[in-house]
Amino acid sequence: MADPMRIRAQAAGDKTTVRVLMSHEMETGQRKDSSGKVIPAWYIQEVSATHNGKPVLSAQWGPSVAKNPFLQFVVKGAKAGDKLSVIWKDNKGDSRTDEATVS
Amino acid sequence: MQGKSIALIAAALGLTGLWGPAAAQKTSIEAIEEYREMLQDGNPADLFEAKGEELWKQKRGPRNASLERCDLGKGAGVVKGAFVELPRWFADTGKVQDLESRLVTCMSTLQGIDPKAIIDAQWGKGERANTTALATWIAAQSKGMAFKLPQDHVQERTMYQVGKRLFYQRGGPHDFSCASCHGEEGKRIRLQDLPDLRKAPGDGIGFAAWPAYRVSNGQMWSMQHRLHDCYRQQRFPEVIFASDVTVAIGVFLGVNAQGDKSAVPTIKR
Repeated sequence: MADPMRIRAQAAGDKTTVRVLMSHEMETGQRKDSSGKVIPAWYIQEVSATHNGKPVLSAQWGPSVAKNPFLQFVVKGAKAGDKLSVIWKDNKGDSRTDEATVS
Repeated sequence: MQGKSIALIAAALGLTGLWGPAAAQKTSIEAIEEYREMLQDGNPADLFEAKGEELWKQKRGPRNASLERCDLGKGAGVVKGAFVELPRWFADTGKVQDLESRLVTCMSTLQGIDPKAIIDAQWGKGERANTTALATWIAAQSKGMAFKLPQDHVQERTMYQVGKRLFYQRGGPHDFSCASCHGEEGKRIRLQDLPDLRKAPGDGIGFAAWPAYRVSNGQMWSMQHRLHDCYRQQRFPEVIFASDVTVAIGVFLGVNAQGDKSAVPTIKR
């Protein structure tokens, strides 16, 4: 089971800035370990976000995204108290969903 | 003749020093500062902090106990403000201990975790990784507070003197000491400014900057890890985790940093 994300969503006017910190190894599949064996690729492939259940972001990621990725985006029309949830899925099929309340 | 050419070379060096690298250097340091500021907003140290808090409260180990009764120097279970007074002397162990050596004590006495599982482990693995996460969370609870290490006990003063000697002790194949890099103002390694650790280097610099998240390798580094790598860079024999050498240096750096405010967890290149 993957570690939880940290999600902060702050409203200013009609725009809400969402900052997401994900805990993931993001192994590229290009690196070798000390014994010379290739370390298998392990990275987040799909990221999506919903605002009160309605999709607002959908992204496809690859191995070039850094370890413990940080994602920031702006949602129009979200108000304080609204629910924002973020889902990621990696190439091993593992996934993680976390929710935050807009403040 | 020889004297003249040396003077010429010196003049030429002086000129390039003035016009060339000096001007370029300032902008690149500014650019790095800007980069660090951008990173600060999403510091992955938050993830380690969250893990540390959970580990503190969770019942673990052969004794199935939490660390909530651990005495970090301000009484059992008191976390806030403990970090800025460490390393200090502890009556129960009869030793001066830093945050991580104290955690080793608490994890073994309260939870029954074998100290060897931490001391002999690799960085970022198993109980050593747990100790780093715990140290990150505990240190972060004193963010913004000024260092005020106690120096009342004779052993604390002794450790300061030992740390001072270690700081200036030159050795290894490069004849290096900590002071080679940190004993003068205005030094740097490539683009990294090196703090002068003989005195208080300022809020959030040097001793007040660790634990920190290292972006280049995606690792969370505690003060123990920082010291371990300093010794590796000096090509000294590998220093033992939480050993008296590391604690003594910690006392020297911590007492020198008196009054500096801790900014941890920070983010580094």
